[in-house]
Amino acid sequence: MDFPETKVKEVLDMDINLNDIKPGQRARVLDLTAQDSMRRRLLDIGLVKDTVVECLGRSPGGDPSAFLIRGAVIAIRSEDCCGILVRPC
Amino acid sequence: MGLTNSSTGANLAGGTRILLNTTAKKVIALAGNPNVGKSTIFNNLTGMNQHTGNWPGKTVSLAAGRWQDCTLVDLPGTYSLMAHSAEEEVARNFICFDHPDAVIVVCDATCLERSLNLALQTMEISSRVIVCVNLMDEAKRKGISIDLDLLSGRLGVPVVGVSGRRKKSLSALTDVINSADFPQSSLQLQYCSEIEQAVSALLPLVNTLPDMGIPPRWLCLKLLERDETLTAELLSRQDIQPLLEEAGAALSAVSLDHTQLCDLMAAAAVNAAEELCRGVVTYSAGKYNTFDRRVDKILTSRAAGYPLMLLLLAIIFWLTIEGANYPSQLLSNLFAKGQILLTDLFTRWGAPDWLHGALVLGIYRVLTWVVAVMLPPMAIFFPLFTLLEDVGYLPRVAYNLDKPFKRCKACGKQALCMAMGFGCNAAGIVGSRIIDSPRERLLAILTNNFVPCNGRFPTLIAILTMFFAGASTSSLLSALLLTAVIIFSVGMTFAVTKLLSATLLKGAPSSFTLELPPYRKPQIGKVIVRSIFDRTLFVLGRAAAVAAPAGLVIWLMANVSAGGVSLLNHCAGFLDPFARLMGLDGVILIAFILGFPANEIVIPIIIMAYTAQGSLLELDSTWQLRQLLIANGWTWSTAVSMVIFSLLHWPCSTALITAYRETLSRKWTALTALIPTAAGVLLCMLFTAAVKLLS
Repeated sequence: MDFPETKVKEVLDMDINLNDIKPGQRARVLDLTAQDSMRRRLLDIGLVKDTVVECLGRSPGGDPSAFLIRGAVIAIRSEDCCGILVRPC
Repeated sequence: MGLTNSSTGANLAGGTRILLNTTAKKVIALAGNPNVGKSTIFNNLTGMNQHTGNWPGKTVSLAAGRWQDCTLVDLPGTYSLMAHSAEEEVARNFICFDHPDAVIVVCDATCLERSLNLALQTMEISSRVIVCVNLMDEAKRKGISIDLDLLSGRLGVPVVGVSGRRKKSLSALTDVINSADFPQSSLQLQYCSEIEQAVSALLPLVNTLPDMGIPPRWLCLKLLERDETLTAELLSRQDIQPLLEEAGAALSAVSLDHTQLCDLMAAAAVNAAEELCRGVVTYSAGKYNTFDRRVDKILTSRAAGYPLMLLLLAIIFWLTIEGANYPSQLLSNLFAKGQILLTDLFTRWGAPDWLHGALVLGIYRVLTWVVAVMLPPMAIFFPLFTLLEDVGYLPRVAYNLDKPFKRCKACGKQALCMAMGFGCNAAGIVGSRIIDSPRERLLAILTNNFVPCNGRFPTLIAILTMFFAGASTSSLLSALLLTAVIIFSVGMTFAVTKLLSATLLKGAPSSFTLELPPYRKPQIGKVIVRSIFDRTLFVLGRAAAVAAPAGLVIWLMANVSAGGVSLLNHCAGFLDPFARLMGLDGVILIAFILGFPANEIVIPIIIMAYTAQGSLLELDSTWQLRQLLIANGWTWSTAVSMVIFSLLHWPCSTALITAYRETLSRKWTALTALIPTAAGVLLCMLFTAAVKLLS
């Protein structure tokens, strides 16, 4: 089934993921769309619903980015950030 | 594992095997998140040299040591016991099936909440848990205070605060272990009503099973979770198939699917840990980690990240070269005098020429060359590099280099293995265990040898200093040249990784998370003493074990003649045409082949071979060494080929054995040797052909 391109964009705009959080900004985790091992990994480092995450910076190549998660600094690649839906706060 | 005597070189090939001493009264396990200082505590209690760097994932297998009348087992660092990775499985299975008398969960005082998550999960499996809050000194410095009594009251288990680096502070921990009156009831994780309902439904059935020493409630949870590794283990002991079906039914009765269940269970532990910390942890200084953030901003910045990495590397090389000059000179002179003395003795006793030749010109000379030329740079580079690791810089290197590694469809943690490779390739190969994806791990193993190890650095330094840094032996220039050589070897690592990703090891890069631990004040004194001691003793031992026989072999080859030509000339002559194509000569190639057990002996063997054929030279400076090499036909292009081939040839025997142990495959082990060798031969030939064409 084909979606019109604008429709797809609209849907994507609604979901803000961790990539949209700029260095210095904070966000609250809404949901994880990552699956299987990555989902478990993210849960293990404490990314459960309502966890507040702060983006600390990006690596020299622009990816991955470093996030302050429950007192620890964790680097996550942009592909994996897509699976973490957040709301800025 | 890591870069210590027990984790590098020959000891690696021997492997670490757990020796659960039967005479030990108690078995105590040390669990904890990666990088919370478990290994430091383990070392301080047992006196063993587990490697303790500041990056997550060092203990990749179990290590056991003796402490008083207990056996202490250092479990690999894990964030949870859900057994998602090999380390978690090892840790979980040990706690679950080996029934340790106590489990010490080591927590990080600067990041207590996350550590408690693991403590709570451990308390689900074992009723005898001691929570040990480590790094109290660091927390204090950061203005974090922790109410240990309140925490102990909430958890219902003993809680002690220690600073693992200071041996004295461990007395609190040892007191608790010795008293070891464990409370019968401790805090148990509570889950949402649906999960609790499913557990209650399953519990009566689980209780009918014969006792396996596994808490029934936890077993219910694992059955609901359909934990594959655990159920496989259990199925081998018990017929639990009907229970698994019951668990499936219980789960659907409360209308939860598998993903929801896992999410809820993980969230319960995380939230409980958060709840526990409320009131226990107080931050007085507000922004407690501003220093780390500031340093990170510089070290990982877009503008300065890469240049600073190279600068640090160049500084380390410069210190190594500059610092090694003097002791090298001193040792050379000393050994030269020793040789004269020995020769005197031999003549006085009227020893036959062949004995003097074999012992003094063969064994003594190669051995002393290894010590004089190879040892000083190694003894300096190693502790410097270890300090860099101790501070916590290496994970930043992995962070900075993840993007290029991702382009090669590999894992950024490969940068950590590569960095370990600078110390010892075998250690780097073992270190690849921190990479979860088997494909990316193989990439790290196959390409580890492309970076020169500590044993190859002195060779590179000697060649670069002799042929390119000029007669003035400018150590700054040598350091810069060496940095360029390292950039080349890292470039080769990327190129080969990319090539492999496109051919033999096709696949997409897997997801990854990398922790950037807090910077820590390095244990300078400890690092220096330990590296020099470990390293010096190790190299001396290896020199005696490998260089001595090699010296003997090469002397015999040079002096035993067949048909009027020495064996050495026969072999060198045989290899010569091929070696010439690569810009080398037969002797150099023989030296590399004889250097298979240890790269340190390549240059000494070359010198030995050259001097054994011709007149005896007094070699007490690099300048005279240069004359010797030039007299044997070396030019700048020979030196370049030599550098290329030093970087790119087969790994030493230890690294190769380690690669086999890690991959358990002849094919991948063979490729670990073949790929760098092929690359080296090819590049040397191309270079030589290009030089011939141009001149």
